[in-house]
Amino acid sequence: MKKVLIPLVLFIGLVVFLAVGLKRDPREIPSPLIGKPAPHFTLFTLEGGDAKFSPSDMQGQVWMLNVWATWCVACREEHPVLVAFAEKNQVPIVGLSYKEIQPQDPAYKAPFDEKLKLARERSEVWLKRHGNPYVTSVMDMDGRVGINYGVYGVPETYVIDKAGVIRYKFVGAVSPALLAEKILPLISELNKS
Amino acid sequence: MKRVWMKGALNGVYALSVSMAILCAPQTALAQATAASSGLATGREAPLMAEDPKLEARLVDISQELRCLVCQNESLASSHAELADDLRREVRELIRSGKSDQEIKDFLVARYGDFVLYRPEVKPLTWVLWFGPFVLLVIAAVGLGMYLRQRRALAAPAALSDEARERAKQLLKG
Repeated sequence: MKKVLIPLVLFIGLVVFLAVGLKRDPREIPSPLIGKPAPHFTLFTLEGGDAKFSPSDMQGQVWMLNVWATWCVACREEHPVLVAFAEKNQVPIVGLSYKEIQPQDPAYKAPFDEKLKLARERSEVWLKRHGNPYVTSVMDMDGRVGINYGVYGVPETYVIDKAGVIRYKFVGAVSPALLAEKILPLISELNKS
Repeated sequence: MKRVWMKGALNGVYALSVSMAILCAPQTALAQATAASSGLATGREAPLMAEDPKLEARLVDISQELRCLVCQNESLASSHAELADDLRREVRELIRSGKSDQEIKDFLVARYGDFVLYRPEVKPLTWVLWFGPFVLLVIAAVGLGMYLRQRRALAAPAALSDEARERAKQLLKG
C-alpha cells in the first residue's frame, strides 16, 4: 500500500505544480508601482496649442489613465468598451498617447514640433472615427513617461486615487466584465474614502 | 457571465499577443515595410557603436543582466523590441549621468519589478528560488541514504544455523 501511495502522492503533487504553472500568464507581471504615487509628468495635450497636463491636475478625484496609440491593434478592440464606459460619466479617463510616431515611421526624424503636429492630427482623426472616451489625452512622444509608468505593452490602464496613488494596473484590452467586476467596485470604494 | 469574461479575456490575450508579436518583430523588417509602402528608402540607421566604446561596453554588461519585458526570453542587450531600444537609450543616459550599475538596476526595478533582473536579489521572497534546489538536493540525498541503509539491512545475509549448515554439507556430498 505504502509503495503505491507515496509515488502517487508525489506524482499528483507534481501534476498540480505543473498545472498551476501552465495556467499562469507570463505577461502578467506584478507592477511595483501599485500603492506608489503616480509618477509626475508634464506633457502637451492632444487638444493642441501649448496646453499641458500633469497628474496633479487630477488631485482630489479618482481617475483612470489609459495608454493608447492609433497603431495599437488591441486598442481597437478595447476602444468601444472605453467609449461606452465614458458615456456613463463615472470616472474621468485621461488618455496617454504612447509613441504615436514610431521609429520606423519616415516622420520619426522630423523636428519635435512637426512630429507633435502630425501625431495630434493622426490621433484626432482616429478618435473622431472610433469615439473619444478621454477628458483629455496627453502626448508621450518619446515614450519616456511610459517608461516611468512601467508600460511594456499597449494598451495599459491605471486607476489612480484622490491622493494620486496608483491603485490598479491592467495590461491588455479592458473588457466590460473587467470593468464591472474589478475596476468599478474599486473606483466606488476609492470614491468613498 | 464567467464564460463571457473568459471569452473577453481570451480575446484580449489574443489581441495583446498580436500586438506583442508586432512589437517583437525585427525592426528592419518593419522599417523596410514602411519604406516600401511610402516609396522612400529610409532604413533605420545603425546606432554609432564606436561613438563611445566604453559606454557601450558598460551598456552591454548591464543590459545582459536585464530582461526585455516584451520578448521575455531575451535580454535587454539582445532584444530588437522597440521598448528595449528605449530602455537602452535610458540606460545609456543614466551611465552618462554617472550612475552606478546598482542605481541603474534599481531604476528599472522601481518601474518594472524584480522581473527585469535575470539575477534576482536574495531576499525572503526569492529564498525559494535561490535555495529551493539545494533544499531539494539535501532531501534527495537524505532519502537516498535512508533507502540504501534500509536495503543493506534487508540484504544482510542471515547467519546459518548449525543445523542448516549440516544439511547443506549433506546435500553437497550428494
